[in-house]
Amino acid sequence: MTGDPRALLGLVLVAVVVAAALFGPLLWQVGPEVSDFMAPLSGPSAKHPLGTDDLGRDTLARMLAGARVSLMVGMGSVAGACLLGGAIGLVCGFLGGWTDRVLMRVMDVLLAFPGILLALGVTAALGASATNAAIAIGLVNLPVFARIARAQAQLVAAMDYVEAGRAIGRSPAAILRVHILPNAASPILVQASLLLASSIITESYLSFLGLGVQPPTPTWGNMLRDAVGFLDHSPWMAWFPGIAIFTTVLGFNLLGDGLRDRLDPRAARGA
Amino acid sequence: MRAIAGRVIALLPILFGLSVLSFGLLAMVPGDPVTAMLGLEASPEAIATLRAKFALDEPLPLRFLAWFGNVLQGDLGRSIQTGRPVLEMVVTALGPTLLLAGAALLVSLAIALPAGIIAATRRNRPADFAVSLVALCGLSLPSFWLGILLILTLSIAWPIFPASGYAPLLSDPWTALRHLVLPAATLGVALAGASMRMTRSAMLEVLPADYIRTAHAKGLGPRRVVWRHALRNALIPIVTLVGIQLGQLLGGVVVTETVFAWPGIGKLVVDAIFARDYPVVQGAILVTATLFVLLNLMTDLICLALDPRQRGGA
Repeated sequence: MTGDPRALLGLVLVAVVVAAALFGPLLWQVGPEVSDFMAPLSGPSAKHPLGTDDLGRDTLARMLAGARVSLMVGMGSVAGACLLGGAIGLVCGFLGGWTDRVLMRVMDVLLAFPGILLALGVTAALGASATNAAIAIGLVNLPVFARIARAQAQLVAAMDYVEAGRAIGRSPAAILRVHILPNAASPILVQASLLLASSIITESYLSFLGLGVQPPTPTWGNMLRDAVGFLDHSPWMAWFPGIAIFTTVLGFNLLGDGLRDRLDPRAARGA
Repeated sequence: MRAIAGRVIALLPILFGLSVLSFGLLAMVPGDPVTAMLGLEASPEAIATLRAKFALDEPLPLRFLAWFGNVLQGDLGRSIQTGRPVLEMVVTALGPTLLLAGAALLVSLAIALPAGIIAATRRNRPADFAVSLVALCGLSLPSFWLGILLILTLSIAWPIFPASGYAPLLSDPWTALRHLVLPAATLGVALAGASMRMTRSAMLEVLPADYIRTAHAKGLGPRRVVWRHALRNALIPIVTLVGIQLGQLLGGVVVTETVFAWPGIGKLVVDAIFARDYPVVQGAILVTATLFVLLNLMTDLICLALDPRQRGGA
């Protein structure tokens, strides 16, 4: 990874954001929901390095608290989709037949929706909350993982060493575990990083609309929602949460790209 | 012909699945639309009448069958809020959405094709790295934030373009275009990142081919080789890209429309979600997803027409 400046940059960006989410609120001990009534809508200052919002709440404190929420929803939606979709894909690719046909058709239906629209529909159905946003985005990610895992399982299942495994009497479960899972792991990892990027964007968008995490819990998305009402007076309210989303997403995209080149030498730039 | 028929038939279960999901999603909504309409102090009789009117007390599978039968006849029900037919509302909203999507596609291709070609022909040189980095930044930019930034600069700091609203293209072209600039730029730039990367890799596939070397050997200028010979062969992945993009546009349009108050399908869905107007949400989601599927089919068919090699095997 050290040889690729992009992956390294991605790793650094992701590390900075994760560290800010983990330790930020401990270092900057201002409550994200505490109002400074003397200074609503104030610009960056010594007391409030990134300014305050319309209720006088400290933007830096809200950004740090928002980082936790955004990362948790993003990671939850990707991890859940990865486990469930990965399992569906492996089983489909390995077993084939009717199981495969039916399950993959269901995945095709999920893929047939533009992602945002599916997420909107699901949050509309389940109600607006952080958990439901994670479920909605997870459902968008699910078929992607299922397809990759299935393709890998099919690819590997045709290999001689799997045949050999069968010949020495390994059970299907053991073949899945010993041969197929390790081979499917790396493309799934790459996809997980790229999907984290898009999931964080989708989460921020749902929150921006008011269909994601509900106030007063801060997220980058609902901070942008608050900012829209004060664009002409306090433009900085719209800068900082957007920069946070952009940086985080860029980090995961760089990391995913770098990992892909590393794991798939054919796609590498230098080849 | 058989390849085409096969692809069309394969769509039928998908379209049915879309209907089941669109219906199912909104059938499990916790809040009650009737209470939302009448308020909490409504008399039990009024509630019962309205529930009967929308058949909310029937079992779910029966409601689905009735709804699906109507959908097949082009009847998506009526809006709970306005009482207008859903299909009419969706079709009305489709115009502005398609206008915005088309304009955004032009913006995106105008940026992505030249940039992708430059990157591919100068592979691993500074220009390539610059394009790749810009493309990745474009991919990472949340489009609604980009929209907000454009509003901040081009309609608040320097009031050149209006921040929101829409005018029909035919009756007032000048106002319409002025309103179109910011949303189309937002969506186009957001899409350009992905297109640049695809154009680059499509060109990279083609450039080492023998016929390119032949064209060079014939003494054709580099510009002519790239634009006439290489680009034409890279066209199949690029058409696929346009198809995928049109699909993504349908999603991206939802986001952009809500930022710029653009009266298209996306705004219709979001407004209807907040108003608990389920028939509208259902209908708009179903129509958009169907359109998305049909666009993918069209992309497939165009590729089939462009690439004779695919015809025999399919």
